[in-house]
Amino acid sequence: MTKKNGFKDTISHLFIGNAVPIMFIILIAIAIPLSGFSTRYLIEEMVTRLGRDSFLVLSLLIPIMAGMGLNFGIVLGAMAGQIGIILVTNWGVSGVGGLFLAMAVATPLAILLGWIAGIVLNHAKGREMVTSMILGFFINGVYQLVVLYFMGKIIPISNSALVLSRGYGIRNAIDLKGMRQSLDRLIPLKIGGIAVPVATFIFIALLCVFIWWFAKTKLGHDMRAVGQDMSVSENAGIKVERTRIIAIILSTVLACYGQIIFLQNIGTLNTYNSHDQTATFAIAALLIGGATVAKASIPNVFVGVILFHLMFVVAPKAGKQLMGSAMIGEYFRVFVSYGIIAVSIVLYAWKRSNEKERSRRSLRGEQEIPKTD
Amino acid sequence: MRSIRRFIDTAGWPRIIIGLLLLSLFIAAPSVGVRVDQSITDTIVRFGMNGILVLGMIPMVQTGCGLNFGLPLGIIAGLLGATISIEIGLTGIAGFLGAIALAIPFAVLLGWGYGKLLNRVKGDEMMIATYVGFSSVSFMCMMWMLLPYHSPKMIWGYGGSGLRTTISLDGFWPHILDNFWAIRIGRNFMIPTGMILFFALMALIMWAFFHTKTGTAMTAVGSNPDYARAAGINVDKMRTISVIMSTVYGAIGILVYQQSFGFIQLYNGPFYMALPAVAAILIGGASVNKANITNAVIGTFLFQGILTMTPSVINNAIQSDLSEVVRIIVSDGMIVYALTRATRKSR
Repeated sequence: MTKKNGFKDTISHLFIGNAVPIMFIILIAIAIPLSGFSTRYLIEEMVTRLGRDSFLVLSLLIPIMAGMGLNFGIVLGAMAGQIGIILVTNWGVSGVGGLFLAMAVATPLAILLGWIAGIVLNHAKGREMVTSMILGFFINGVYQLVVLYFMGKIIPISNSALVLSRGYGIRNAIDLKGMRQSLDRLIPLKIGGIAVPVATFIFIALLCVFIWWFAKTKLGHDMRAVGQDMSVSENAGIKVERTRIIAIILSTVLACYGQIIFLQNIGTLNTYNSHDQTATFAIAALLIGGATVAKASIPNVFVGVILFHLMFVVAPKAGKQLMGSAMIGEYFRVFVSYGIIAVSIVLYAWKRSNEKERSRRSLRGEQEIPKTD
Repeated sequence: MRSIRRFIDTAGWPRIIIGLLLLSLFIAAPSVGVRVDQSITDTIVRFGMNGILVLGMIPMVQTGCGLNFGLPLGIIAGLLGATISIEIGLTGIAGFLGAIALAIPFAVLLGWGYGKLLNRVKGDEMMIATYVGFSSVSFMCMMWMLLPYHSPKMIWGYGGSGLRTTISLDGFWPHILDNFWAIRIGRNFMIPTGMILFFALMALIMWAFFHTKTGTAMTAVGSNPDYARAAGINVDKMRTISVIMSTVYGAIGILVYQQSFGFIQLYNGPFYMALPAVAAILIGGASVNKANITNAVIGTFLFQGILTMTPSVINNAIQSDLSEVVRIIVSDGMIVYALTRATRKSR
């Protein structure tokens, strides 16, 4: 299908694909001098944030490959990861061991949630994005029910530092003392005084290799085919629904690990808020990196994380210099996150409906279209 | 037996469960020491507060634009109307009507642009609507700080610029509809007649509109766009009209909400306001492509009933505040259910 679109579409695709990063580079180039941050500080921030966020953003790639759009359901994985962290903190396991134990504990939960999400999205073909988003809100309700009411009552929590004073429910903020930056500092390395989280980067690199390899496997090819055209794939003998469920499960599990890596870097778990913006920020970062709803690559992830977080760091200070209020900058960066997602999905939908219209017209010229309804 | 089965089929399990839940909450209320009359009053008041926002879902669903997750756009128009009305110092009934009159042009303008946008992205309306809502709310967060408002009732005391996050309506038009012809029986029972009448008026206007030629054409566009086009109806125009209507209802709806609430909530206030309205109409029996006024009335009543009853009854029964969790699970669960049930239409 993509090959048929020809030269003109390729050019426009290229332009749309790169217009966003270019726009952001210009924006940031104006904002950095205004903010007055030193280059050293910015580099340090970017190194930290690359380690913190890349894994989460990478978890978005597989569903895009399978044509399911931006998976707002990665919050499901994030919540699974948080439950893993809560349990491990309760058991008092700290350090990198605790981190990996949290991942191990959270994996079955993430698989379960991903499986549920996959089934739900199979019932909502053509509106996966909005469904995955609302599903995220819904599971957030269930998460709150479990963490706020069941933990300490039905699920035994022995560590009293975790439990609210009323005797059940987990506290708002959990200090991850034992785990804080345990992965980041596993292999200590300083370049020019800037701490580099080597182990985290190795992890991210492994994931990149995995995704690159996965795209070349039979399953990866199946996913691409499903992403292109579900009915053709079905006729070709691919189990479409199963493939889609696997894509979502993989994404959810990866997001779960991503959230655990994110939290070990931050060092505190805001039990009820840490996952709120996970999907929005990860998706905004990916889109700023030049990805679209239908196409995203590994370079998009890293370009996106850097540009998005540069803006994130710089905007409040620049806003203060420019408008005399840091709040303006804060609101601006939130606006940009939402705005960029809005613009990207509008462009994508616009292009798709134009294509549909065009193909419909060409069909009409030749023959009567068979009624599908 | 068969009629029971048919009833279950048409009503759908989630609605029956929610209906039974509400019923059991009302039955359980006296035994845990919750006053039923107070609860009914609260339910009616909240019904009146939210009813028009829910009505605003109908036009867009009817023309096939899907659920209006972009309701915050209408709410922003309403907020602009309210703040400008206060800025120019209108009080009492003039203030409320003035706010509506000022909000409508904004709503029409925003709705027009929003409608044009949605016409270009047929099939993806709901996702885009959501993000149009989110981004316009966050854009307005900046605007509330920058727009040249001067009324000392609204701007921050220190610094002297930028609107406050919540603005009290005291001295302007608090409870102006609630108290209009309000019927009070005893200390705990009150019917906000004015607000209910206003809701009825808005519902009547909607009903009448859908019986005009344009209204019928809009329904035709929703049920079969190809047929509608063949019949010579301008599909895009009808869709735009429906979006404008939804947005105007959103604007008026939030003003009714505010007068009863007593405060104007700016900044992040409107962020998630679309979800309860969407959930309400779905609970009332609407689907992604079919909704009517009965759905809105029943749905708002059921949903707001649950929201009113769960905190009071459950809190008294098990001494913990589950209301927020119940709200999230009921409303978002209902929306997910509706999204998965919807049959995909060929466009």
